[in-house]
Amino acid sequence: MKKKIPRREFLIGACKVLATGFLATGGGVGIGMKTVFARDGVMDWRKFWAGKQWVFVVDTYRCIGCGRCVMACKEENAVPLDKEVYRTWVERYVEREEGVTIESPGGGLDFPLQAPEEGKQFFVSKLCNQCQDPPCVQVCPVSATYRTEDGVVLVDNQRCVGCRYCIQACPYGTRFLHPVTHVADKCTWCYHRLVKGMRPACVTICPVGARKFGNREDSDSEVTKILEKERVRGLKPEKGTKPQVFYLGLDEVVM
Amino acid sequence: MTGYIFPNELEVNWGLFIVLYPYLTGLVAGAFIVSSLYHVFGVEKLKPVSRLALLAALAVLLVAPMALTSHLGQPLRALNMLWTPNPTSAMAGFGYIYSFYLIIVLLEIWFMYRKDLVQWAAEKPGWVGKMYNLLTLGAKDISPSALQTDHKVVGILAIVGIPSAAFLHGYVGFIFGAIKANPWWSTPLMPVIFLLSAIVSGIALLIIVYAASCLLRRREMDFHCLMTMNKYLWVFLIFAFVLEVLEVIHMAYEAEKKWSAVKGLITQVLPFSYFGIQLGGMLAAFFLLLAGRWKKISQSIARNLTLAAGGLVLASVLAMRFNVVIGGQLISKSLKGYAVFHVPLWEEGIIPAAGFLILPFVLLVGLVYLLPPWLDSQPEKKRRRGFERNPHRQEHGSIFKRLFPFGEH
Repeated sequence: MKKKIPRREFLIGACKVLATGFLATGGGVGIGMKTVFARDGVMDWRKFWAGKQWVFVVDTYRCIGCGRCVMACKEENAVPLDKEVYRTWVERYVEREEGVTIESPGGGLDFPLQAPEEGKQFFVSKLCNQCQDPPCVQVCPVSATYRTEDGVVLVDNQRCVGCRYCIQACPYGTRFLHPVTHVADKCTWCYHRLVKGMRPACVTICPVGARKFGNREDSDSEVTKILEKERVRGLKPEKGTKPQVFYLGLDEVVM
Repeated sequence: MTGYIFPNELEVNWGLFIVLYPYLTGLVAGAFIVSSLYHVFGVEKLKPVSRLALLAALAVLLVAPMALTSHLGQPLRALNMLWTPNPTSAMAGFGYIYSFYLIIVLLEIWFMYRKDLVQWAAEKPGWVGKMYNLLTLGAKDISPSALQTDHKVVGILAIVGIPSAAFLHGYVGFIFGAIKANPWWSTPLMPVIFLLSAIVSGIALLIIVYAASCLLRRREMDFHCLMTMNKYLWVFLIFAFVLEVLEVIHMAYEAEKKWSAVKGLITQVLPFSYFGIQLGGMLAAFFLLLAGRWKKISQSIARNLTLAAGGLVLASVLAMRFNVVIGGQLISKSLKGYAVFHVPLWEEGIIPAAGFLILPFVLLVGLVYLLPPWLDSQPEKKRRRGFERNPHRQEHGSIFKRLFPFGEH
């Protein structure tokens, strides 16, 4: 005669098996998130993130609208040059009596060399604000976009389904659907460079120092000094997103 | 493009498929509510369309996610939303809410047709009978007490179905209404507006589908049923119109920074589809429905007025979906200009979109063929006014009968 397992025992056993399964999966995912097997060994993310909060400062007084940052960004991040999609772009504002004219021809790659003759003029460069409370991360249905502990919002292009809800949710228009991969794409502050100790491509190439980048937790960094002394503001503070790109000399007309 | 838009805004990211999606789920919610008016609220006059309404809801419900999935950049990953949902995402609940609702509708249809399925399984010869036999799922008890239970279950499912239908569609409104980045979408009224426009579009759909079915089957339309739909459509139309206008008036009166951008959108970018079709269509339908209920006109005029109003409401709600989904994306987030929507022909363009609009009707014909919903006892019309029928045609019966020999019971 077969031995019957009492229901109570069976249920307890089943619970144990399930719990072990969940813990094992959870643990696996947890480890998977914190380490990555790179070419030269294992990257310890906890160690990398410790004591880092990246911030970006744009000095609008310095920008000359040369567009090198836009070009460098496209090349560095494989953003198609011939498509109207940009991880960063430069806008020119010309304020005259009859109103403001805003332009960004080719994302700032194609400004005419000759400046307009009259009116208050300035350039403003735009990029992902790596918000502390990013609406794009909130709305992503599959958690493909997330914020790293050192303050950069990234997209997992293996996970993104291409629904484009994040593009709708971003108040700054910094996201787009990548024409080749068909998933959401955005500025990452060149995270692949950060992990190697380099600065974002646009910061490195800027000939006039209009783009500054650094660690806010490092009291010696240039950005920390600017944020401590100067009057800065982020874009669209009313949206409550807490943007981490700070502008020096931002005019009221800039949205 | 007018004024300044951010460079990434040149492409309108949510195209015609996303216009269709709220339109289709709206039709589902509305049709379901008509069916529930009979099953839950005992509006006896709607009996002739009560089963047809459910089949129509199912047909449209099956197509809605096709439009959504086709829109994805990576359609093969669509089910990630079910396996690994992000709890903070307003969109992540879609799969669950949709599946739940689909189950409710399927169950309600099954319980409603169980008695018929058992009978057809016994009567129909060959593979048709076997198929019905399979559809009974082995539940062949049609004793009065079993049927009483069926009836109760249908009632309960219809009761559960009302909040589910409302939730399914109100939720779609929330997906748009909760986007603070978009001045034209961001309003707490959005779910309610979507829900009411859903109800009116569903009733309008049923008016048209019922009329078409009567025409194909050569049956006299149940005038009281049609007028009851007229009445409900009219009442819900008032609420829908008031809310849609209220939202804009409120925005205009507050006159915040975003108002100038929204004002430009409705007066310069979309004036025809907003004022002309969306609001104009609703207003015209309001008066046509009212005129249709006037006692002094003949039944055939009343019927035609109601049908015209139904068509207008369907067009108006489609325009409303377009104005919300596309219109909202045309306003630049810089609030300084407007993008241009280029309607493609193929990829997410006119032709596949038209396909998604036609497909529900193809499915509905199939469903009607499989599960004839007719509850009327009226005889087939012998002849039409105005001309003598071709005797050859009379032999074969209606077009419908010829096409679907199992369709009549």
